[in-house]
Amino acid sequence: MTVPLIEMRNISKSFGAVVALRQVSLSIAAGEVVGLVGDNAAGKSTLMKILSGVYTPDAGEIMLDGRAQALATPMDARGAGIEMVYQDFALVPELSVTQNIFLGRELLQGGLRSKFVDKAKMRERATHWIERLGLRVPPVDTPVRATSGGQQQAVAIARATAFDARLVIMDEPTANLAAAAIEKVRAAIGRLRSHGVAVIVISHRIEDILETADRAIVLKHGAVVGERRIEDTRGDELVHMIVAGRDPRDAAAGGGDGDGAGAAADGGAGGSAPP
Amino acid sequence: MAGFDRRRIGLFAVRYGLFFALGAWVVAMSIASEHFLTWLNFLNVARQAAPIVIIAVGMTFVMATAGIDLSVGSLVALVSVLVVTFFGLGLPTEIVIPAVLALGLVSGLVNGYFVQLGLPPFVVTLAMLTTLRGIGFVVSDGYATPVRDDFVLWLGRGQIGPLHTPIVLAIVVAVIGGVVLGKTRFGLYSLAVGGREEAARAMGINVRGIKLAVYGAIGLLGALAGIVLTGRLGNGSPNAGIMLELEVIAATVLGGTSLFGGAATIAGTVAGALFINFVRNGLNLLGVNPFWVQVATGLILLLAVLLNTVVNRRITEWARVLRAEEPEPGP
Repeated sequence: MTVPLIEMRNISKSFGAVVALRQVSLSIAAGEVVGLVGDNAAGKSTLMKILSGVYTPDAGEIMLDGRAQALATPMDARGAGIEMVYQDFALVPELSVTQNIFLGRELLQGGLRSKFVDKAKMRERATHWIERLGLRVPPVDTPVRATSGGQQQAVAIARATAFDARLVIMDEPTANLAAAAIEKVRAAIGRLRSHGVAVIVISHRIEDILETADRAIVLKHGAVVGERRIEDTRGDELVHMIVAGRDPRDAAAGGGDGDGAGAAADGGAGGSAPP
Repeated sequence: MAGFDRRRIGLFAVRYGLFFALGAWVVAMSIASEHFLTWLNFLNVARQAAPIVIIAVGMTFVMATAGIDLSVGSLVALVSVLVVTFFGLGLPTEIVIPAVLALGLVSGLVNGYFVQLGLPPFVVTLAMLTTLRGIGFVVSDGYATPVRDDFVLWLGRGQIGPLHTPIVLAIVVAVIGGVVLGKTRFGLYSLAVGGREEAARAMGINVRGIKLAVYGAIGLLGALAGIVLTGRLGNGSPNAGIMLELEVIAATVLGGTSLFGGAATIAGTVAGALFINFVRNGLNLLGVNPFWVQVATGLILLLAVLLNTVVNRRITEWARVLRAEEPEPGP
């Protein structure tokens, strides 16, 4: 078995007395699209914020290419090729499309002007990236506040995918979007997969997951309830797992670990083997 | 499309309105008063505006991060008092000047420290406003003391070529400020922090560091302006710089810097400072009662804030037009 791109092992996180995550493990291969589903407060966002360097876990470790990787800050995560498309897009409304795409990673001029940002080069690249995504092009000098929700989503995706991302996390990518824009987001996810980029999609819309993902992982109360290959499940089964908070196939197997959990454990063991 | 073009014209007008207003005022005053359009008068206005410009460059950065600094007037007073006190102790110029500049920096960093903890900048710097002026009164016992140091007097009254020293200092500060705000990461990050702090943090920007730095910078510039004013007035007084912070904020806001952060230009701030001082100067030359000048300044500021909010509304409207043009079916 090949080493997974990213593996999270036994991640736990508490905020004061509130336990947000208990012993959560998951692994994702390059070019795989994983849907992360669960009710509100299931721990999806906390788990992804740990992966994107916003929170540090209380316990557990994160392996990148089979090697332990500290993700103490968002810059660490971005440096490791982990990008996040936030639900609210995390764009600065007053700044231009280009400035937002390069925020935190500005290109600088050379020589004596090495402290100055290179506006011309950034403008050119931003235009190229947005066109490459096949998303509707807002002029890159437009302030983000003057663009539509779909365009802002495009900017956020362009920012997440421009810098050789290896894993892109999308938090509710289709919330607040019109139908045509949703199609474009799904197409963008497909394009990422074909380029070997792993994608984690957090969504309330089961049809998003069924449409785009290879695999779905269900969280409830901060723990993994179960997981399914998409071709092996149906929407109502996932909804049942989200609501009931347990895997119906566990009961069928007569207690103990169900298929899904067993498969996950196997995957973890394979990933931990020395290369 | 006609409405779209009107909006663009409207946007253009509100964005550059101050520069037009400044130009119109200069033309009108030149006709109204024979003393207005003279090199000497312009130098006079520029010299009046210089300390304001020096501090307002710092205020532009602070307000870009959606902050405010009310303590700069008091800092000017404390610096002014300390300059004469240190000279009174027999300390040499080359110690006194760096010492008060360092004091300004530290005072700014203290403001910045509390702001980055999450306290409202208004309250933090208001506390610093009374604290610093209080210390100024304690140290000076309320008395103004003349300053005799040649270098300090030169900073306030001297000349470099045809220009007065404060004017040259203000130009240097404004040019550096403009380059930093417009061309460097630091300037961009200041705007990002003020525009949407959460987004800036998510993109790995050191939000706390930026806040510390902008308050530190305005502290340093406040101390510099304090030395300049001490030299110009010829004494160190705990009553120096009363209401100065408000004039600085007025100049910055007049220059189009958003009160809510995220939008700021140094050129606008300089134009704002010049505008306030040209209005005051023009009304003085016309023999208007100086108390009315304060009223006029207040009304201009009100108008500027009104335009500032109109800018926001126009851009939002403009955005809606763009969105309507987009071929996306509604949900």
